[in-house]
This record gives sequence, C-alpha cells and structure tokens, in this order.
Amino acid sequence: MTANIQIKLASRVSSTFHLSVDTEVPGTGITGIFGKSGSGKTTFLRCIAGLLHAEGTLVVAGTTWQDPSTFVPTHKRSLGYVFQEQSLLPHLSVEGNLDYVAKRSESISRTARSDIIDQLGIGSLLARSPEKLSGGERQRVAIARALMRQPSLLLMDEPLASLDIAHREEILPYLETLHDSLAVPMLYVSHASEEIARIADHILVMDDGQVVDSGDVSSVMNAPAFPTASQDDVGVLITGKIGERDDHWHLDKVLFPGGEIWVRSHPERNVGQKLRIRILAKDISLSLSEHEDSSFLNKLPATITAISVEDHPAMQRVRLDVGGNTLFARLTSRSVDHLNLATGTRVVAQIKSVAIVN
Amino acid sequence: MTESDFAAITLTITLATTVTVLLMLGGTPLALWLGRSPSRWAGVVNALVTLPLVLPPTVIGFYLLIAMGPDGPIGRITSWMGLTTLAFSFPGLVMASLIYSLPFVVQPISNAIASVGDRPVEVAATLGAGPVDRFFTVIMPLAWRGFLTAAVLGFAHTVGEFGIVLMIGGNIPGETQVISVLIFEHVEALDYASAHILSGLMIVFSLIVLIPLYWRANPGRLLP
Repeated sequence: MTANIQIKLASRVSSTFHLSVDTEVPGTGITGIFGKSGSGKTTFLRCIAGLLHAEGTLVVAGTTWQDPSTFVPTHKRSLGYVFQEQSLLPHLSVEGNLDYVAKRSESISRTARSDIIDQLGIGSLLARSPEKLSGGERQRVAIARALMRQPSLLLMDEPLASLDIAHREEILPYLETLHDSLAVPMLYVSHASEEIARIADHILVMDDGQVVDSGDVSSVMNAPAFPTASQDDVGVLITGKIGERDDHWHLDKVLFPGGEIWVRSHPERNVGQKLRIRILAKDISLSLSEHEDSSFLNKLPATITAISVEDHPAMQRVRLDVGGNTLFARLTSRSVDHLNLATGTRVVAQIKSVAIVN
Repeated sequence: MTESDFAAITLTITLATTVTVLLMLGGTPLALWLGRSPSRWAGVVNALVTLPLVLPPTVIGFYLLIAMGPDGPIGRITSWMGLTTLAFSFPGLVMASLIYSLPFVVQPISNAIASVGDRPVEVAATLGAGPVDRFFTVIMPLAWRGFLTAAVLGFAHTVGEFGIVLMIGGNIPGETQVISVLIFEHVEALDYASAHILSGLMIVFSLIVLIPLYWRANPGRLLP
C-alpha cells in the first residue's frame, strides 16, 4: 500500500483569490484535478511543485516537501512537471532536453531511458530543435522529459489544452498507456471532463480555490452536483466488460452491473475487455412502455429517483436507477408533465448514443 | 604620438577593462534582483541605477568628490583603513566610472533576462536545476546577447567619459590622465595635430565596437 499524498496548503494569491486546500490523494494512479478556468487548479499545482509559495504541509511518498519549518525548493522535490504550453528549453535539442534532466537526477538506466523514448514515440526526433516540432511532438517530449527524472510525483497542467483536437488524440493514447505502466502517482489538471473521464482514477473538483468534491472518478462524475461545462455535458460514466460480439451487425454487448448496452464493435477491442462508456443525459429519452417499433437499440428498464428543474425552466433533469447504476435523462418540462413522470415511476430509458471513453 | 599619448591609451584601456569586469560581476546579480524582486524598493533602486543617464556628469562628480574628501563618508572609510583619499587617484576613477557606467550594463542585462521570461527558469527548476545551475545553463545561453551588449556598452562608455573624470581624477599623467582628458589638454594647448590623432582613434574604436553590436541585432529594432 502506497502512502497517500497529504496536502494542506493555503496561499493568498491576490486580494480576491485565496487558495485553500486540505486533502489527501492516493499514492498511486492518476488523480484528475477538475474545475472551470479560474478555479485555482494551476495555482494548486504550482504550489505543490514549489513554484509558488504556500503555507502549510505537503508530504509526498513519505517525504516532507513542506511543513511550517521546512520548504524544499522546487529543484530538490522529486517531481516531473508538464506545463500547459511549450516548455522545452529552446537552446537545446530534444536529446539535450532529455539529457538536461538525466544529468541532474539519479542516473537512469539505458533501458529505462530507451523505454521512455519508445513509449512516447520520440526516437526519431532526438536530434531536432524544439522549434522544428509540432505542438503534439513537443508535449510528448515534455512528458518524456518529466518521466526521465524518475520522480515520486508527476504533475501535468492541462498538457493538451494548447493543442488542437487532432494532436490531442495523438497524445491521449500515450497518457492511457502511461496510466497502465506508471508506478508513480500523477496529478492531472484539466477543465475537460472527458479527458479526466478517460484517464483518471480519482478526481478532485475545485472551485474558487477550494476542493469542493473528491473521490473515485465515476462516483464523483456521476453525482448530480458534478459541475459541467454546459448542461449538454451532464452524463454518467459506466465501467463494464465486453460480454459478447455480434459479428453480423458489428456490435459489442457491454455488460455492467444492472444491465447491458450494445455499442459499435472495434477491431482493436476483444470480448472480455474492460470498457468505460459515457452516456450523456441529452442522449436519453424516456417512455412509459417498451415500443418494439422504435429505432432505439438500447432500451433499459429504469426507475425515476429524482427530478430537478435546470437553470432554464423549460428543461428538467431526471435521475434514474438502472439496476443500481445511475443514469441522467434531460427532458423538457412539458414532456415530464405530459407523461406524468414522478419519483418512483417505472420507465424505459432509450439510449440514442453511447460514447466509448476507453 | 608622444609617450603621454601612449600612457593615456594604456590607462584608458586598463580603466575600461577593470570597470567592465567589475560591472559585469556586480551588475548581473543586481539585474537579476531587479527583475525578480517583488519588493517595492526595487523601483527606487532601479531609479537610482538609471540616475547617471539623466544627470550631468559634473553633478555626480561633484558629490563623489565631496564624499571622497577627508570629511565625506567614503573619505572617512579610506582614512580609517589607513589609505589616502580616493580623489585624484586611479581607484577613485574606477569607483566613479562604476557608478557612471552602471545603467549601461544593468539595463541590457535586465532587458535580456526579462525577455527570457520566467517559464524556462521554472522548467529548469522542475528538472532539478538549482539557482546557480539555472543561471549558467538557461539564462546565460538564452540571454547571452544582452550580456555581450552590456559588456560592450559598459566598456565603450567608460572609454568615452570625460566630465566625471575631470571632476574626480583631474589630469595626472599615468594616474588619471585618460584619452578624453588628454584631448582636452591638447586642444587647450592648441596642439590640434595631436588632438586629431587621438580623436580619430576614438571614432574608429567606437565604430569598430558598435557596428557589430548593432549589425547583429534584428533590423527594424531600435535597441540592441
């Protein structure tokens, strides 16, 4: 069992913004730090790295980085930091950037070094100058460089935010493999819930300089209070397993406690594999009985457990229980009234589409 | 050229070299502090450093002369140390030049460090580099042109000073008689031929030093 990271930090950043965090995060796996911009995510990460001075206590992997009488400076903290924007040292080549770390940390074995280079696919870029790289390549080198330090804690500050969608998709698979191979904990800052849903195990939700929610990623993200960028983003995350494949219709059946959902099959996925799917509230409609004449592929019997009106009075959010799993449906107030929906009503949830997260 | 001309040239080069080396050693930490200090005093110090740019050299020379006198603060320190007064001596000239040429060294270094920005320095810290290490492996390689500009301007400006030298150093051959003062003396004595030679040399020297500096700078930019 790896010791949790203990964080109790407070910093008066400006007269109007005050960071105050008192939490513990698991000593393994990826912890997503989520919140809207201006919620203090980056400030929080900078305080952990020692780039900003905060008051308090910070213990990582059993080592005190900070307490009221100690402040270990950044360069003596065993951490890897990936910045949001381009951060390669411009006067050094890619290899020079990697060597810069190697010279300053515990010697890394040749195998470990070439493993990192292979894992991030930067072997062909070593001799290049950072200005000759694409945004995605730069971030891969920056991630490799952070790993070269063999740190006790990896910090990533929106590493994908400065990239376009294509380059984001280029990096995410690397982060997912990292998740499986990485022994050290990672704090991953993002304002994009789908990124966190894809790679994180644990989540801290920040608002106005404070942690407002934390816990296992699916339980936190499935909670009705989970703040989303827009009402369109309300949804749940379900972890399941591919139970069977229908080769004729190219569909996979995903089994999860309480039900099953058909999704499009993919050559890289196999029966038995774990799968995380995300179902958005706007993609669910409700009916009182099962219609054989509808085009919906996935129809799940459900019970309404709560109904709340959204910010706009035309829309309501309905919480459903499907064999112990929570789903959300987004309906117009008119439909809720028309179907006479209330807590306890048994309905059929018709799912229009399912996003496969990983 | 006469023997005193050569003595003046040697003295000028010695003075400018000494002053440049000392200013680079002292001005760099000062520029780093000015660039990073959150203290409100940094602004005051910055203004003080810039003062020689706007004041007539005679004003600085005048106050330095008083300070170096037997009852001045610098004079008291030197007499307490058992030394003679700094006024009208080579060390006094060095001290005056340090103050007078300070902004020409500190400002280019400050600007260069500011243009490097915080990010590369922070990155180096997260990669395990301590403060001194960061200075030599990140700031220096990225801001070297600013350091070169600072050294060249500091040297050239010390070679070119006149008023403050006359106030502090007087005109003692081999001790305080630098080229600019000697030219003044040649002209006063109506020895225009000698004045021509030294003045011409100064123009050629200054151009040789300044052209490469500005040549390398990006076209369209006003300052190096």
